Amino acid sequence: MNKYYLGVDLGSTTSKAVIINEHDEIIGRGITNTRANYAVAAEIAREEAVYNARFSILKKKLEGEIKANPHYKKYIDDLESVFQYEQFKVRLDKLGEELLKTCRTFFKDQGTQEMFLGHLRNIRKAFKPVIKYDYLYNNLGAKNQFFRDIVSEKYNEEVNKLELALFEPLMTIWDKSISPAENQLFTFDFRELIDKAMDELRVKYKNLPNTTTDRTSINFDAELNLLKGNFDHVSESLRTHIDEIKEIDFNITNMTGTGYGRALLPFPQDCIRSEILCHAFGAHAVFPKTRTVLDIGGQDTKAIQVDKYGLVTSFQMNDRCAAGCGRYLGYIADEMSISLNELGPMALKAEKEVTICSTCTVFAGAELRELTNLGEKREDILGGLHKAIIMRAMSLLARSGGVFNEFTFTGGVARNPAVIKYLSQLVRENYGDTIKINIHVDSIFMGALGGAMFARRNLNMDLPSGKKEELVLN
Amino acid sequence: MGMESKAAIKDKSMVIQKDMLAGLFHELSTAKETGKKVVYTFVPGNLIELILSFDMLPVYPEINALQSGMRKKSASYIREAEKMGFSEDVCTYVKCDIGMMLNGNIGPTGEKLPPPDLLLLSYTGCFTFMKWFENLERLYPGVPVAMLHTPYQEDGHITQDQVQYMVKQLKDDVIPKMEKVSGKKFDQERLSRMMVNSAKAEDLLVKILESAKNKPSPIDAYFAGVYYIGPIFTAFRGTEEAVEYYTELYEEVMDRVRLGLGPVTPEGELKEEKFRLVVEGPPNWTNFREFWKIFYDAGAVIVASSYTKVGGVYDLGFRHDSGEPLESLAKYCMGCYTNMNLPQRVSLLADYVKDYRADGFLINSIKSCNSFSAGQLMIMREIEQRMEIPVGFIESDLVDPRYFSYANIKNRLESYFQMLEQRKIIIAQETNAVLS
Repeated sequence: MNKYYLGVDLGSTTSKAVIINEHDEIIGRGITNTRANYAVAAEIAREEAVYNARFSILKKKLEGEIKANPHYKKYIDDLESVFQYEQFKVRLDKLGEELLKTCRTFFKDQGTQEMFLGHLRNIRKAFKPVIKYDYLYNNLGAKNQFFRDIVSEKYNEEVNKLELALFEPLMTIWDKSISPAENQLFTFDFRELIDKAMDELRVKYKNLPNTTTDRTSINFDAELNLLKGNFDHVSESLRTHIDEIKEIDFNITNMTGTGYGRALLPFPQDCIRSEILCHAFGAHAVFPKTRTVLDIGGQDTKAIQVDKYGLVTSFQMNDRCAAGCGRYLGYIADEMSISLNELGPMALKAEKEVTICSTCTVFAGAELRELTNLGEKREDILGGLHKAIIMRAMSLLARSGGVFNEFTFTGGVARNPAVIKYLSQLVRENYGDTIKINIHVDSIFMGALGGAMFARRNLNMDLPSGKKEELVLN
Repeated sequence: MGMESKAAIKDKSMVIQKDMLAGLFHELSTAKETGKKVVYTFVPGNLIELILSFDMLPVYPEINALQSGMRKKSASYIREAEKMGFSEDVCTYVKCDIGMMLNGNIGPTGEKLPPPDLLLLSYTGCFTFMKWFENLERLYPGVPVAMLHTPYQEDGHITQDQVQYMVKQLKDDVIPKMEKVSGKKFDQERLSRMMVNSAKAEDLLVKILESAKNKPSPIDAYFAGVYYIGPIFTAFRGTEEAVEYYTELYEEVMDRVRLGLGPVTPEGELKEEKFRLVVEGPPNWTNFREFWKIFYDAGAVIVASSYTKVGGVYDLGFRHDSGEPLESLAKYCMGCYTNMNLPQRVSLLADYVKDYRADGFLINSIKSCNSFSAGQLMIMREIEQRMEIPVGFIESDLVDPRYFSYANIKNRLESYFQMLEQRKIIIAQETNAVLS
């Protein structure tokens, strides 16, 4: 039987789960926004990782065939996306219920209540198909894919179309409804959900014209193959394999919990490990020559020195101030009314970096407005802000002993292209051109990966017997 | 039976110490009636034998501040000082002390402390001390000030010229002022006699602290160490009482060594010594118990610390010498830990790591304290490179509770202990690989 290991990183902003196999290969990833209910966040991330693992196993099984038939991969990717939508839909329905429920308790007056119920129903009707379309046609792109972010964006769009007077009450109803919807745990039946997804996919391809538009897509050929009457054939030839992964008994042999919320995870004490060690271990596993790790997460920045084994020899963290962390960027994005993912690309367009003196997150907001008033361009201000973050990180790195070759950058902020630009620039300026800088596409998962890897090693090293119950996942 | 008598013995040194301190504070509270003169002075490089030889009593403002911290009174004292205009960045010992004075100068035992008859600034290695005394001078106008300038060990050693320079200050300024305040003639004989006692207590203290070289260590040389250094670093060096106390304590510690026992914590004896650490920097006082608990819960024992050397690095060999009392006062002042240059500190700490067989080196960086904090990152890096052990860095403050973040400190220490644990596993594996 295959053995799998789970790492859960309950961060301050996002909760991540990674599943690895006996060869330390990532086979499942799950991520969600951390919320007041930590257990729910961890569970959602874990479930997502397990589902994702099943799809990875499917792809791995079909490795040879996928190479020969790219449309197989297209099919599986589509299927996973629709599968995600099926889960999303359940939560969306829950949110719908909550919105109506809140509305009924919020407005005592019958007439007003009816009017708002009507608006809420219309809003739901308007955004539901849009979200479905986004999932089915992979339109979510680089946008944040967390439930809260997706629905709140759509809800806002719809509310903004209505009269201004309705804004306040509708937003209040939203605020009261989103948390219960988000904190509800659902038990999904993988088999049932995948069947639904396959049906949904069939409808999609049936309704697609048998020609393609002129939009270029990397999946163009694959899609074309699926379109040309091939769909049923592909679907049928994959069904047996899909049926197989439905039946896999997915045993997690051991697990490790890490991150700020680690103490709150329902894990045995010896399965809890500091995120500093996990991030370093994960980063070192992916880039084995790593000696210095910089991790910029939601609410902290860590500079970590590791040895040849990936074990931490020293670390420095910020703890007096949040400036320079992911949340700082989130705050700035809010101040500028743009999405977090747009910040980096916009900052890349800077022609100069406006000097941002403030080292405080909250005051940076005021500074930003002041600079805008002075006529500075948004891009240039953003360039300055990103540079300021990296300056802080550089000082932390210096405190931790400097940057040694190789240097690996991890954490959610490593996804931001402007951060990468300034970091690379400043690391090279300060520590020379010979420093190799590593950034992995899965940088945000490094802590969870490190955790999963510790979970695997724990068994060989110091596993206290009889404490862990085997976790059988659905 | 053994256990019972042991518990009784353990109580004995603690009872002695408690009585000693209570006695001192009582004497201070009645100083005006008894006509005893009071000298305000600092712990590092203190001239306690000299003060006692004039039958005067010492008040240590930084001891009062740390006591206020432990008794949860420092926050309001600091607020009081900040209201007066002291900035957020000023040393919190200073602010706590000033706040206490403004609040009626009630000492740790609840008894009022007398105002000073002499302000004796015997150690100038901490620049803040000078500023502190400038403030005290204003708070107590007209009180004479004696300042003993202590040359820093810039070149890593004490020269004969430096000793002579300090002896001259003692003779020309400090002693005359003390004679004037106390109304007594300087009695060098008496001073010498006290120094015999000083050296005896110093010998014992060194043995007690060095008992931590045993595995398991019978003491925690930081959290319990701060209690052990109490009498000798403050009012009792040179007295019979101090010799008695240290004799008692030494016997207790030796009993623990014989029985192979670990250190005593507030929650009883530490059962398993998992990590041995060398710690640099003062402890936090406002959350002292909580802070200690993080360590003993993880089985971490501090086997050596620099903080227990602020009032003298006796393990390097210095003893008060009855043969040259004034010279040895000078050497004592210049020899205290914060008067050593950074390379000296590094090599002292590196030796501790080696001699005490430590698994790790940890710095508690104190926001308030420049004397300690300057150079700490360099020290840490040097120790990391030279000794190849995991190093840790946490930040807190002496007596300002606003700067003790329990969650952050715990998170860091947990990470650090896990680092140490991993290191042990790896070392074991490497050793096995070599052996097989």
